[in-house]
Amino acid sequence: METLKQMFKSNIREYGMVIALVSIVLFFEIVSNGVLLQPLNVTNLIQQNSYILVLAIGMLLVIVAFQIDLSVGSMAAFVGAISAILMVDNHFGVVPGILISLLIGGLAGAFQGYWVAYFKIPGFIVTLAGMLIFRGLTMTALEGQSKGPYPELFQKMSNGFVPDILGGTTIHITTLVVGVILTLIYIYIELDHRKAKQEYNFDVIPMQFLVAKLVFVGVAINWFMYLLASYKGIPNVLILLFILIVFYTFITTKTVVGRHIYALGGNEKAAKLSGVKTKRIVFWVFVNMGVLAALSGLVFAARLNAATPKAGTGFELDAIAACFIGGASTAGGIGVVMGAIIGGLVMGVMNNGMSLIGVTIDMQQTIKGLVLLLAVAFDIYTKSKQS
Amino acid sequence: MEDVILEMINITKTFPGVKALNNVNLQVQKGEIHALVGENGAGKSTLMKVLSGVYPHGSYTGEIHYKGKLCEFKDIKESEKLGIVIIHQELALIPYLSIEENIFLGNEQGKRGLIDWHVTTMRTKKLLATVGLKELPATLVTNIGVGKQQLVEIAKALSKEVELLILDEPTAALNEDDSNNLLDLLVEFKKQGISSIIISHKLNEISRIADSITVLRDGATIETLNVKEDHITEDRIIKGMVGRELTDRYPKRDVAIGDIIFEVKNWNVYHHLHSERKVIKNINFHVKQGEVVGIAGLMGSGRTELAMSIFGRSYGQKISGQIYKNGKEIYLKDVSQAIDQGVAYVTEDRKQYGLILNDDIKQNITLANLKKISKNSVIDENKEIVVAEKSRQQMNIKCSSILQNTVNLSGGNQQKVILSKWIFTEPDILILDEPTRGIDVGAKFEIYNIINNLVKDGKSIVLISSELPEILGMCDRIYVMSEGNITGELTGKEASQEKIMKYVMSK
Repeated sequence: METLKQMFKSNIREYGMVIALVSIVLFFEIVSNGVLLQPLNVTNLIQQNSYILVLAIGMLLVIVAFQIDLSVGSMAAFVGAISAILMVDNHFGVVPGILISLLIGGLAGAFQGYWVAYFKIPGFIVTLAGMLIFRGLTMTALEGQSKGPYPELFQKMSNGFVPDILGGTTIHITTLVVGVILTLIYIYIELDHRKAKQEYNFDVIPMQFLVAKLVFVGVAINWFMYLLASYKGIPNVLILLFILIVFYTFITTKTVVGRHIYALGGNEKAAKLSGVKTKRIVFWVFVNMGVLAALSGLVFAARLNAATPKAGTGFELDAIAACFIGGASTAGGIGVVMGAIIGGLVMGVMNNGMSLIGVTIDMQQTIKGLVLLLAVAFDIYTKSKQS
Repeated sequence: MEDVILEMINITKTFPGVKALNNVNLQVQKGEIHALVGENGAGKSTLMKVLSGVYPHGSYTGEIHYKGKLCEFKDIKESEKLGIVIIHQELALIPYLSIEENIFLGNEQGKRGLIDWHVTTMRTKKLLATVGLKELPATLVTNIGVGKQQLVEIAKALSKEVELLILDEPTAALNEDDSNNLLDLLVEFKKQGISSIIISHKLNEISRIADSITVLRDGATIETLNVKEDHITEDRIIKGMVGRELTDRYPKRDVAIGDIIFEVKNWNVYHHLHSERKVIKNINFHVKQGEVVGIAGLMGSGRTELAMSIFGRSYGQKISGQIYKNGKEIYLKDVSQAIDQGVAYVTEDRKQYGLILNDDIKQNITLANLKKISKNSVIDENKEIVVAEKSRQQMNIKCSSILQNTVNLSGGNQQKVILSKWIFTEPDILILDEPTRGIDVGAKFEIYNIINNLVKDGKSIVLISSELPEILGMCDRIYVMSEGNITGELTGKEASQEKIMKYVMSK
């Protein structure tokens, strides 16, 4: 019991976040009379928040590297505009259209990364400039008008669903099968992890609690998949998000580059004197952010089926808030991808839930602001308690 | 009987998981210099924080009697009001404010929120004269050296009409001259009736100026030594600190010294900001295999700049000169090249330049050589654990596990983590910059043993140190630096403090 308490204490941030998300979901589920978790609404929730979550993943790396990027909303709009010019005006194919758009995002990121990494201008300033630059370019490129519609295949990226290859009629069977497979993979990973830890005599959570955790997560996964299956199945954009989450979790936790980003954000001077090529890392973190901003812009444009001059306004703030609600440190060096995702979901569920129960847009902003403040306050409070 | 100005009785302070102080007693007489000694983690700083109200009343148990009255300080302000002023190990000055602004920070001279600059400047001048600092009150703190900054801190304390001055490692960052000035100043204060409590690892200083010495070990009072009545030797103090006699503070080694392995020729470096100022002036030196080479000299003599400019050009600009390893010229354009060529540099400032404090021990140890534990750029975490665990055992790093964050380790253990990191890069030459600064006697001895084991394994060490006894005790050969030059070279056998100081002073 003592060790369990200890482990809970040392991981209070992670558990705290999950508990916060679950409570917020339950709260709105109750006050909205069960509308929040209706299959249709859950699907909407995912599709509405996907572009913020994509940004939040990139932003997490930026924040861990002790930088900030204010330009991502404008950049998303800019790339959206480019993609419309390519695919709508000039009838480019969907695949080349997407690839060129992502490349342009990468170049825009490289442009900013250059000033930050090699010219030593603070990221705040460079990306504030970028925010204006890319918004202006978007307006110019679109001549103030919306542009659409996109080819149908492109729209599918944000609005389409994975087809049911197993031929369900009333319920989407493939979705249920995917849920079971995911559960099995999850259980395998957890058990494997525990075994490795035991081999090195590290503290592990007692078996009965692990089983409880596995059951909880397993039920959650399958119940979630059941909800999706009762509507149209897995949205395509969820697949995209899943791949991004797995990929970036891997990069941040298992690779040399990931370790270097955390070291750089934790203590740049020490990292440099340990052979970390700090400038190069900062540069590539911004390039990566550019590509993900582009992807976010594409997802958004595909969902609206149009590129608009006002697209992406305020996205940067949502993405940054998601990271901080998700436990990233304002001092750099701390934060996990899954945290940023949960932070993004907290915001998304609150948006959606408040709309469902009829809170005005104006008031929603205020409440979201307070949640951000409280989350970071809680973070700093628990940290000061630990030391 | 003398007056007792301060009595702390049965102070107990616990942090989550550790008892930092366990029924500690401390008695300070009026107008004496009272030294507080003990290994790192013995509880000296914690005790002083309890005294000054950093840890408020209620967060500890026990009683504090100051000038005969029971005190229950809620914060620093309350203790300062009674004339108890603490000067922390890390200076708390604002670099881009002037000396006078710093001295009266939080205690601004003036009325209704308006500062009276005439009074401020006048009082500052008086204070500066008292501490013997010849600088203008309007000079920015960032533009004066560490030694002078320390004097500003003391002037600040004086401005609060201090009666009990607490100094936490005041001379740790100072060179010999500045240290002596500071110590003389404390003796001067004593004559004026100001009592001081000084925390220090430098036993020679303590035996010089202290009237009594309280020894703490593992959070408990071991003894209070009266310097005036008894003859107290440094060895006697050490015995109290570590609980055993250290027969030899510098362990012996018997290593055959080989050929020249590392050589630096015609090395010139210019200041990193002022491109016309030469910091390193045409330096030549070499290191043999299995040798411990010392670099002595005052702080600011260019030792750190020399080491860092060699280590992948981490300092300075317009660097010129050649580096040879095993007779072949090598080029160390950045840190990763230096690491690849088998050169390692353990920095002077552990927290700022050495560790990623938020990361755990294991990640810190592997950071400089992730290549070795990864395949296709993917880290093998099991290998990492094995490596870190081995270092923990070999280096005797005291921690709950290798997953503990380095921020919570004591200075000695932090240093062992950094040494582990560099040993893991499998270097041939290790440059150690003040490796035992701020580390207690026991951990120092362990570090010396690590150095001896390294040369036994055929590695070579460059040891930069401000502590002459350490240089004399550890080195086979010694270079002395002064103002960017090497002014002398001595073998370990012929060297003495006097000879080194002669070269230090020559220009």
